[in-house]
Amino acid sequence: MLQLSSVYKVFNEGTADEKVSLQHINLTVEAGDFVTIIGSNGAGKSTLMNIISGVLFPDEGEVMIGGKKVTTLPEYKRSKMIGRVFQDPMAGTAPSMTIEENLAMAYARNRKRSLRNGLTKANRTFFKEALSSLHLGLEDRFKAKVGLLSGGERQALSLLMASFTKPDLLLLDEHTAALDPSRAALITSLTKEIVHANGLTTLMVTHNMQQAIDLGNRLIMMDKGQIIVEVKEEEKKTLTVEGLLQLFQRIKGEQLVNDRAILS
Amino acid sequence: MYAILSAMDLGVIFAMMAIGVYVSFRILDFPDLTVDGSFVTGGAVTTMMIVGGFNPFLATLAGLFAGFIAGCLTGILHTKGKINPLLSGILMMTALYSINLKIMDQSATVSVANEETILTSIRNAWEALGLDDLLNSFFTMLGFGDDLPETWSVLFVIGALALMMKGLCDWFLRTEIGLALRATGDNKRMISSLSANTDWLTILGLGLSNAFVALSGAIFAQYNVTADIGMGIGMIIVGLASVIIGEALFGTKSIARTTLAVFLGAIVYRIMITFALKIDIFDPGDLKLITAVIVIGALVIPKVVDRQKEKVRKTKRRKAAIAALQRKDDDVASTKLGL
Repeated sequence: MLQLSSVYKVFNEGTADEKVSLQHINLTVEAGDFVTIIGSNGAGKSTLMNIISGVLFPDEGEVMIGGKKVTTLPEYKRSKMIGRVFQDPMAGTAPSMTIEENLAMAYARNRKRSLRNGLTKANRTFFKEALSSLHLGLEDRFKAKVGLLSGGERQALSLLMASFTKPDLLLLDEHTAALDPSRAALITSLTKEIVHANGLTTLMVTHNMQQAIDLGNRLIMMDKGQIIVEVKEEEKKTLTVEGLLQLFQRIKGEQLVNDRAILS
Repeated sequence: MYAILSAMDLGVIFAMMAIGVYVSFRILDFPDLTVDGSFVTGGAVTTMMIVGGFNPFLATLAGLFAGFIAGCLTGILHTKGKINPLLSGILMMTALYSINLKIMDQSATVSVANEETILTSIRNAWEALGLDDLLNSFFTMLGFGDDLPETWSVLFVIGALALMMKGLCDWFLRTEIGLALRATGDNKRMISSLSANTDWLTILGLGLSNAFVALSGAIFAQYNVTADIGMGIGMIIVGLASVIIGEALFGTKSIARTTLAVFLGAIVYRIMITFALKIDIFDPGDLKLITAVIVIGALVIPKVVDRQKEKVRKTKRRKAAIAALQRKDDDVASTKLGL
């Protein structure tokens, strides 16, 4: 479904701030895979997401989605195939528009927008049904402006908007990191449910090792712009946080001082 | 009475401009100064075509279209040229001054005094209906007999046209493209992750906004029987004043409600100005100054009021908290005494 071959990205090239963010990354994701991505700050996780979604273009290498070369396809064209949830709960929804209008915009994702009414009766019924799958009672607040919702509710709505058109690829960029623990747990379980129900090919960046182990069928760990650990389906089932840390230490030969703090 | 009615005539003409400003300023969150130029462009194209013998309705439509193009160019400057929104508008406004002079054949005014304009056609059709007599006799009955306007046609027919344009705007903002346009002003990052081309939407939105403005300019020039190269100066502020006054007085609950508020805001603004100019201390030349003061007031006063309210609320809450604490102390004291 997704194929990255030798993707290389450098920022501020030729200056004192030069930083190689991705060092010739190769990654193949099959249809139906749910890959969790972990790594410390500056490992290149977000850059990877931005290159897959088309916000950034790689300096070298190629990106293929569904067998089609999309390396330099702009974001607005590529996002017909890609659903995305951002870390910031404010980023994925339009605050001054209503819940139904937000859903209508997401619904129009994979077709050409026209002068058709964005909110027909049939659409509304479908939206209500989809909303009720979140179990948050949002279907009763259909005409409320999204700016009035809490961060958790907005993130749940973003998740629905990113996924309910069944995109080829779902990108989750630390989408539970900005929420309090109970809300984060809710979004995590919704994620599991939605990805499973629709069989979506998913990439999820997270800072939380336990979450990375619990979700998905594959796990990759990034460090300094490289994929340093790849754990496949069978192996992943028996993986623990301790095991993951040991794996990292063995490969890098360095102490994970910072990452221990995240476990707590 | 007469003064109020002519203020309302102007109000409905400017209402279309105000709705245009609403689209750029509020929907797209783009303070677009092209307005000062495109208002004149609309008037210039229309009057020149009328003088050239074209059908006045066709000429007005052409004026609207010229405004659309001007707005699109501002959008292109901003999105493709990566020029800051305010600067793109200022650049376009400045360029339009020369372009407008070119359209007007290098003369500062174009008169349509002896031509058929849409307003003369409307007036003729209106008078054939005999509605003026009806309305006049009604107002004579109410005691306004010696203070009646020449025609009611502008208020009713142009008012209806302005409401129709408002309806068109409401409809458009509910379509799939319209929703994406609104999201472009609200959360650009989100809507481009939902496969909308925000550059194209910004260009389209500014085009539509300036089409409304130019239509308003085209009708204003016919109402005044002259297009004047300077008639657009300060127009953006007039538009903003109408938007802000309308929103404050009539609410912003939904899009249709807000555009109605802007429509009414334009009329209220005109009436306010008429009264202000009636006060002897003001000269007609003070018009722009008064407008600027109104806008500044409308922008600043609500914030000051809010801050004041917040202050009062906080003091109240603190007092209540202190009182509650004291009561607790008293309770504790009395229980101790009881022991």
